[in-house]
Amino acid sequence: MEKVLMKGNEAIAEAAIMAGCRHFFGYPITPQTEVAAYMSKRLPKIGGVYLQAESEISSINMILGAASAGVRAMTSSSSPGISLMSEGISYMAACDLPSVIVNIQRGGPGLGGIQPSQADYWQATRSSGHGDFHIIALAPNSIQEIVDLTQRAFDLADTYRMPVIILGDGILGQMMEPVELRPNISANPPEKTWAANGTGGKRKKNIINSLYLKPDQLEQINFERFKRYKLVEKKEALHEAYLTDDADIILVAYGATSRICRNAITQARANGVKAGLLRPITLWPFPVQAIKQTMQRAKAFICVEMSMGQMIDDVKLAIECERPVAFLGRTGGMVHTPEEILAKIEAVDRGETA
Amino acid sequence: MSETNILVAGFGGQGILFAGKFLVYAGLINGKQVSWLPSYGPEMRGGTASCGVIISDTPIGSPIVTQPDMLIVMNAPSLERYEPDCARNGRVFIDSSLITRELGRSDLTGWYVPAAKMADENGLTGLANMIMIGKFIKETNICAYNDIEAALKKTVPERRRALYDSNLEALNLGYNYRR
Repeated sequence: MEKVLMKGNEAIAEAAIMAGCRHFFGYPITPQTEVAAYMSKRLPKIGGVYLQAESEISSINMILGAASAGVRAMTSSSSPGISLMSEGISYMAACDLPSVIVNIQRGGPGLGGIQPSQADYWQATRSSGHGDFHIIALAPNSIQEIVDLTQRAFDLADTYRMPVIILGDGILGQMMEPVELRPNISANPPEKTWAANGTGGKRKKNIINSLYLKPDQLEQINFERFKRYKLVEKKEALHEAYLTDDADIILVAYGATSRICRNAITQARANGVKAGLLRPITLWPFPVQAIKQTMQRAKAFICVEMSMGQMIDDVKLAIECERPVAFLGRTGGMVHTPEEILAKIEAVDRGETA
Repeated sequence: MSETNILVAGFGGQGILFAGKFLVYAGLINGKQVSWLPSYGPEMRGGTASCGVIISDTPIGSPIVTQPDMLIVMNAPSLERYEPDCARNGRVFIDSSLITRELGRSDLTGWYVPAAKMADENGLTGLANMIMIGKFIKETNICAYNDIEAALKKTVPERRRALYDSNLEALNLGYNYRR
């Protein structure tokens, strides 16, 4: 298959279309605007609906409506816009609605800046909204993986009836790489018997609802939903291990940061330090077992994030704090250099793990 | 392992990102690994623009060009900003009609092409970027001369086919330029 050059943002949009998404609602914000721009050009030509909403609150609720009717729908935004969507994401989780939400992260908090960031990790994996719920969080690190995972996101959403977030950053959104637009979707997605798309006079009404005033009933519904989450945790965790087999020091990084780590690892190995990379591809569910396995040999971990330290919590939980976990973070839109990561690897190799 | 880090920098509107895209396609049709990352910011026509291009024999890690092996600069502020970052013994291509000073670092090799002036004189105003790229290809062999047309066909979208000929003319002008 011929490779084409695409920006990450454009690749997200095209992959969504390949997955059968014909409904996109969004609001422009740097650095993800190309997703919406691409959709606005393509969707009307293929019988889809592109609508620029008046705000992110509207976009997410339009997704809720489209998902209720059983169609594949997507929205995309960047950090501040995702915060505005929190309520809608919680409602969709409560209504067991599949959907795909894209967050091309920028520096924060607040309006922050527009340069790359990974400071929404907690938001994506812990607190996308109020209440007891999870969403699946996917973190590609190349444009090819964006194409593959965006399609997969729609299948995961439909299979588990829950929102899926694609967590990218300004680098991945803006960079171009050659990609193969290869299909990566299930031939038999689950039938949406629950959708509110007309009874045809043949069945009882389907009702999409998140209001339950009887606590015992709501508790039961939450229990049931968490059984599904257990299944997701068991079956859907993804990771990539790079040179971990003989590594004394394991770097844990995702997204664009993981690519910079690879440069540093190459240099470290040239200097005789055995470093490797464990890259979570799903942030929730977190690849706990994969990280645990590297502990058999590794003497220390380094978590590298474009944040003040968020995923590091999950790394420590995964290894139950049995090894030191050092941290190297940049924030506010600043990006690591391979040299500073190398310096950290060498410091940890000398035993400076603080 | 061979990896070439290239930075193209100048004003917004000079076709900096387009020039970078051309280089990426030139690498791609030669079966290389490639990446392209633009600077993005509250930028506009007349502001600064740059893009980093990596062409490599092996998979590319970081797409960020921090120490360019090759630098193409099309305005004075870009030379000020990026000359210190260049890798040791790097190669620098300078639009000498817009940048009056020469390189300060003695380890760097410079090529001075009055691209903006040449573009104006040849009815190719706005195509100084491709004149620079023509010279760049000649001196670096980043791709063969015969690959230029194929790479340009990929870079100029079908609906802008009218621009193909003038871009090719600019590339040739740069390729054949001698100091």
